[in-house]
Amino acid sequence: MIEINELHKSYSIGQNTLHVLKGINFEVAAGEMVAIMGSSGSGKSTLLNILGMLDNADSGTYTLDKNIIKELDETKAAIYRNKFLGFVFQSFNLISYKTALENVMLPLYYQKVARKERQERAQKFLEQLGLGPWATHHPNELSGGQIQRVAIARALVSEPKVLLADEPTGALDSKTSYELMDVLQTINDKGITLLIVTHEEDIANMCKRIVHLKDGVIVEDKKVKQVRASSYVE
Amino acid sequence: MWNRDRWQEMFYALRKNKLRTTLSGFTLAMGIFIFVLLFGFGNGLKNSFEQFFLDDSTNTVWLYPGQTEKPYRGFKAKRRIIFRNDDLVDIQQNFPFFIDYITPRISRGALVKRGKESNNYTVRGVAPGHQYAEKTIISNGRYINDADVNDETKYACIGRLVEKDLFGNKSAIGEQIDVGGVSFKVVGVFTDEGGDNEERLIYIPYTTRQRLEKSNDRVDQIIVAFRPELGHAGALALEKKLNDFMRKKHNIAPNDRSGIYVRNVAADLKESQQFASVLQLIVTFVGLGTLLAGIIGISNIMVFVVKERTKELGIRKAIGATPNSVIGMILHESVFITTIAGYVGLLAGVGTLALIGDSLEEFFIINPYISTSTAVAATITLILFGAIAGYIPARRAAKIKPIIALRDE
Repeated sequence: MIEINELHKSYSIGQNTLHVLKGINFEVAAGEMVAIMGSSGSGKSTLLNILGMLDNADSGTYTLDKNIIKELDETKAAIYRNKFLGFVFQSFNLISYKTALENVMLPLYYQKVARKERQERAQKFLEQLGLGPWATHHPNELSGGQIQRVAIARALVSEPKVLLADEPTGALDSKTSYELMDVLQTINDKGITLLIVTHEEDIANMCKRIVHLKDGVIVEDKKVKQVRASSYVE
Repeated sequence: MWNRDRWQEMFYALRKNKLRTTLSGFTLAMGIFIFVLLFGFGNGLKNSFEQFFLDDSTNTVWLYPGQTEKPYRGFKAKRRIIFRNDDLVDIQQNFPFFIDYITPRISRGALVKRGKESNNYTVRGVAPGHQYAEKTIISNGRYINDADVNDETKYACIGRLVEKDLFGNKSAIGEQIDVGGVSFKVVGVFTDEGGDNEERLIYIPYTTRQRLEKSNDRVDQIIVAFRPELGHAGALALEKKLNDFMRKKHNIAPNDRSGIYVRNVAADLKESQQFASVLQLIVTFVGLGTLLAGIIGISNIMVFVVKERTKELGIRKAIGATPNSVIGMILHESVFITTIAGYVGLLAGVGTLALIGDSLEEFFIINPYISTSTAVAATITLILFGAIAGYIPARRAAKIKPIIALRDE
């Protein structure tokens, strides 16, 4: 599903250059659930942003579902983001003036899906995540866990092949975090590939594979026995 | 443009950002409103100048007697010049090919009575040509004619408001009025575009006025109408020749600027038209400045709008918005706000001008208006620049990497 070779990324800060990713080689098969771990500044979020086509690599190749991403112009990249990828951010990134339902409908708007169908599909995903009664509420009327589940519904509504989550539990308490991981595991069980950036060991252990980054290089890449989040959820 | 979803998205964004939308719209509407108002006032001033000449014929030269300042040919300085009937004859005989008609004017105030009604009016002794010089419009009966002048008749042609004052709703034609103790028969009623004061006048034959004043032959002013085909240059030449002729006849020193005063309506009109044109140019310049301020205002607003929505645009791009859809969304919004606000400003401006009407006449602003083509052109210009103002920041926003936009706070 995902294949990256010799990926490099640097940021210029004044006259200094910060080499964040130093030749990453990495493959993710369809249906995997991968945790990307590392301390602050290790390059894990940068890697996820490049995988999500939110940022470009300086060099190296990135292939998503057999498409070489570097060759895509901005319009095609937007279409790929919409069709192949779903994003869940630590800071949720919902549009504040739209209701939960409208936020979830938005990716389908860019797919030119008819309004009625958009509404039905968005409502279905919200209900699957237990947010049916909250569909007409605005983000500021929802709890952190509810907001993150709205963000997941938005990421899933366009039925992506890959879901990318950057510290999805970072702003949540532990109970809500486990509930969220339970949701993500259920999504993965349905065959959607998941890449989760986290610095929390227990969250990483709920994935099937853990990739450790340190100073822009992969120092460890191991398969783990997945801990089911449902065992923590009452 | 006609994508229903895009309209819905736009209305949603506008509704959810009421303050921003209202303020943006208000700035734009004010720009067009002030432009329309300024332009209207400019036209009102122009109208005022045109109206000033509207009730007088423009092919006339007016001669007024004055007082000399210099001694000449044995005559002392400070001599009062008096025009007489023979001046009329001499002018006619010496300028036969240039003159259309000539008329004297003798103006006196008089108490005019009819039954129990009475009022003070200006009574003018005139010749028939005066009707054309003053553009007097006969609404009933007739004006003073040559027979009245020759026979020194006691006939009067009265203004519409004189008739209304003295006769109410009845017709004055054939009725007698007492003008300063002398009975006159009303033979005509007139109107005048010069306003109410011009309709509170009474015209009588100038010869009758002279007979009433101990049979003298004095006239207050002489109005000479030249043939229109003389043109502006010809009118100026005739004015000079008439001035020279009268000065010579009345023994006034050639270098004495007093003695006789000459007013050439054609020259005055031309000067006034030039002034009005300059005024119009200034008003247009100020109007364009206002419009430019409005355009700069939209540009600022759109830059602010895009900046404020950078994170939102980042989110939209992250979930699949293409650069064109981002540009289209912002452009659609800016053109919509500009169009609606421009139209509201236009209607408010035109409405205000209509409400003002002639109420600012005392400030020389008569019937302020703006032509439809000017108003529409100004609005379209604003919409066009609104689109450009929206396009530039929209294009910039579309180029921002999603990750940069998402980090924006």
